[in-house]
Amino acid sequence: MDGSVNLGADVRRQIEDLIADYAHAIDDDRLEEWPDFFTDNCSYRIINRENHAKGRRVGIMDCSSKGMLRDRILALREANVYEPHFYRHLQSDTRITGMDEDAYEVETSFAIVRTMQEGDMSIFCAGQFVDEIVFDGDTPLFRKRLVVTDSNRIHTLIVIPI
Amino acid sequence: MAEAETRKIEWPDDGVSRIPYQIYTDPDNYEDEQRRIFRGPIWSFVCTTQEIEKPGDYMTTYIGDTPVIVLRDLEGEVQVIVNRCAHRGNLVCINREGNTDELTCVYHNWRYDLQGNLKSVAFGKGVGKSGGMPDDFDRTEHGLQRLRVEVYQGLIFATFSDEVAPLTDWLGEEMVENIDRVVGRGMVLLGTYSQYMPNNWKLYMENVRDSYHASILHMFQATFRLNRLSMKGGIKLSDNGWHHISYSIAETDREEDQYDAKKLRAVKDGYTLADPTLVKGWREFDCGTTLAIQSTYPNFVVQQISNSLALRLCLPKGSEECELLWWVFGTPEDTEEQQEIRIKQSNMIGPGGVISMEDGVVGGWIQRGTKRDQEKTTIVQMGGRDVAPSAEGRATEVSIRGFWQGYRDCMGL
Repeated sequence: MDGSVNLGADVRRQIEDLIADYAHAIDDDRLEEWPDFFTDNCSYRIINRENHAKGRRVGIMDCSSKGMLRDRILALREANVYEPHFYRHLQSDTRITGMDEDAYEVETSFAIVRTMQEGDMSIFCAGQFVDEIVFDGDTPLFRKRLVVTDSNRIHTLIVIPI
Repeated sequence: MAEAETRKIEWPDDGVSRIPYQIYTDPDNYEDEQRRIFRGPIWSFVCTTQEIEKPGDYMTTYIGDTPVIVLRDLEGEVQVIVNRCAHRGNLVCINREGNTDELTCVYHNWRYDLQGNLKSVAFGKGVGKSGGMPDDFDRTEHGLQRLRVEVYQGLIFATFSDEVAPLTDWLGEEMVENIDRVVGRGMVLLGTYSQYMPNNWKLYMENVRDSYHASILHMFQATFRLNRLSMKGGIKLSDNGWHHISYSIAETDREEDQYDAKKLRAVKDGYTLADPTLVKGWREFDCGTTLAIQSTYPNFVVQQISNSLALRLCLPKGSEECELLWWVFGTPEDTEEQQEIRIKQSNMIGPGGVISMEDGVVGGWIQRGTKRDQEKTTIVQMGGRDVAPSAEGRATEVSIRGFWQGYRDCMGL
């Protein structure tokens, strides 16, 4: 099978749990936990498919340390102004596409339904996570999480991470 | 429909310091804007020459809500052509971008060259001596509509107007100087994206020109004690008020302090950034300008926020929606480290920008707030009621009034 890697069931389950736990933490508004899914020297970026395909570097979020992730959440809680809303991540088709000495390369499709406080619901974003996952002892962590959005458009604003 | 039948907006007294709510919602007014502004005496930014580098490269976009093709013809000239087949009105170019040596409508295979001249019509002579176009059908009269184009510092502008002055005259010296400063070194595109907003396009353009709200609505800098009070700043307006620049200049040799990561960490009370490299920058411009937001009438923005450089274009999408297109760029001279700084600072701008994301939502709130009582007006009187050029300080709404002056000039209101 092209692109997929044979792994022990335990590793696969741990990776899939990490991806699910991450989404639940965001959807449950436990955003303070979000940085803890990453290694200290991590990369989290949201970029649209077009920029990614053209090798352009700038996306709509670009965090290159765990500190920046924490700052994003602190800004969301204390500084930024927006209309309250929630996400619901729908994720599927996780596949492990490669591994090197210490990281697994993993891809997962996602769609996010955004629900505004008055009840308006919309598909806010769809795309793919392209991850590098490492194990710190028994704990899987994202060393790199690249969020490639299918659309170039963001409706209104994006404050909650994907 | 006779013009007299169109419901006219009653412009209130007080010149350009009171804006009727109706102007943000009225569908008839939206139609008038397309004709009198976007097809009127203005230069519309469409895209950068970076995006159509080679002969035959094209991309499709809009002027107002008219679809256009921007392309580089086989002689290397930039053309802007209305994206509509002369035959039945089909989009000639369906793809957002690509490379081609001719424009062919997929519907009936009408073929145009890259200057928009009609070259051939499928079955023009009929099939087996029957059918075909009438004998007096003259291909030369049925080309695509080609617009006036000017390219300045890699920025492509087009206009429907035969009357509007050449681009740099229309912009005026001060506006041209800022474009030279920000994009004159050449552009390297670092990324593009779009932000779709549930509000009339003019609400966004007012926001761009509104230096009064910056430290009030956008709390990121204040929350993390990043306010830089030693700045001086002001507003520049073109003579007719149509174009504006809002700028800040850091006091010499204080700038390094302000960006000093250690100092930011040392702030004792309140919140501090765990990773202050987000706001690290370098003194890029000799003049010391740390921020310059420029808008050219009606809907184009040239942005310098610290070392974050961007172009923005606000396209109207009906009377109650708009789409903001962003081009984030650096220069060919950038070192790798400088490019990394620009990328990091891009976290401050755009739909996910920690400093400016609120600009994407406040217009929608006004749109909802002003839905009823359409005869009422907003108040735009901070810093006076008139359009005085180059007002001092930033606690003023003078550049918003300049926008409305341009609006009234074009719309005959």
